[in-house]
Amino acid sequence: MNPVAIIGGSALVIGGIGFLVGIILIWASQKFAVETNPLVEEVIEVLPGANCGACGYAGCADFGEKVVDGLAPVDGCPVGGFDTAKLVGELLGQEVKEAESIYPFVRCNGGLHCTDNIDYVGIEDCRAVMMTSIGEKGCKYGCMGRGTCVRACPFGAIEIGEDHFPHINKNLCKSCGLCVEVCPNGVMVMANDSEQVHVLCRSHDKGKAVKAVCEFGCIGCKICVKNCPAEAITVTNFLAEIDQEKCTNCGQCVEKCPQKSIVMRSVEATA
Amino acid sequence: MEDSLFSIAVNGIFVQNFLLVQFLGLCSFVGVSKETKSAAGMSAAVLFVMIMASIASFLIYTYLLLPMGLTFLTTISFIIVIAFLVQLVEFIIRKYSPPLYRSLGIFLPLITTNCAILGVVILNARLDYGFIQSVFYGITAGLGYTMVMLLMAAIREKSNALKVPEAVEGLPHAFFITTLLSMAFVSYFQVIPT
Repeated sequence: MNPVAIIGGSALVIGGIGFLVGIILIWASQKFAVETNPLVEEVIEVLPGANCGACGYAGCADFGEKVVDGLAPVDGCPVGGFDTAKLVGELLGQEVKEAESIYPFVRCNGGLHCTDNIDYVGIEDCRAVMMTSIGEKGCKYGCMGRGTCVRACPFGAIEIGEDHFPHINKNLCKSCGLCVEVCPNGVMVMANDSEQVHVLCRSHDKGKAVKAVCEFGCIGCKICVKNCPAEAITVTNFLAEIDQEKCTNCGQCVEKCPQKSIVMRSVEATA
Repeated sequence: MEDSLFSIAVNGIFVQNFLLVQFLGLCSFVGVSKETKSAAGMSAAVLFVMIMASIASFLIYTYLLLPMGLTFLTTISFIIVIAFLVQLVEFIIRKYSPPLYRSLGIFLPLITTNCAILGVVILNARLDYGFIQSVFYGITAGLGYTMVMLLMAAIREKSNALKVPEAVEGLPHAFFITTLLSMAFVSYFQVIPT
């Protein structure tokens, strides 16, 4: 075979395949074209891009699409907060009012003051602890402090302190709520920043049983109910609950609580 | 070489598994095996491209390159075919399954350079497989890929709860799992004489 034929043949074969394939691709790109709104790209650009899913959609790109379509609220991104909502609002020509920031807190005050049922040795994870038959802590409602929330937090805002409790760094927290979702015992709760007085206990056990295992658990004594000037506290099943709408943050109950299970959050956060 | 379909199947899935024995296509293997769902999507895409590439490259090789004596063009023409198929798959997935498109991300176009697929078609040509054998080898190689992807994804999902030392978190951890899996495949399946 002479060289000219080889070169010619090669050019013909490769060129031919390339040409054919190109034509098919042009046809396919028109047939399977996806319409994209340029506004979607701009909205995605101003979103945080953490893809945490706290908005309830599958990542930032999905949320951006839904916002432009009007299916999601403009301020639907809890991570970006007000700043992001404002940017998104500007792009879509909508006004956004500043909403109050919310933070998670731990509804338990036991920690080292709560007795251990067993000496747990195993995977360092609250979900694994929950699988043991009786649980690690004497109180089955409490925080185990094994750091499942720490590892769930995409922003590194939680760490376990020496008191075996998760501590939330308000400066890093983006209010995405992943820690609340992942906590197997439901101890982690979201609350508005202005709601300061909280009962740090979830135990519905009788007072005597609570006292046996925990120094700071709510025993359902109703002293707080009697002392509350706003009548915001009720006790159901041996557990005090505060109606945040009525609460005036006066702090009477915090002072009077014999078990010290009602706490001012601002104080607790700095402690 | 006259291989029965059975021996091709055993070869493609286990003995010469593309991921764990031949170590082809490891990029997507480590990259997309974090979740079972996207691993399954990736495997389906690879399986599809492997089958289509086997068919197209067989036709090109037997009816174009062999008669014209241009077998030195094997690699480049196969690459064109694979790139074309991947582009086509990308169009289709973007149109009909945007979530899958997003979760595959960069790894979808990277199937183009996934050596597992080029490996299949070049092995087909080198072993002088017939049409049915070629397509069958493509299918079984894809199934082998799928199996290992799902295995890996399941193991990685389970091991999420493990607390591993910071130094081996993530990719190194995946490599350790790969090593152990690969040892099982290499030493177990190669004792069987083929």
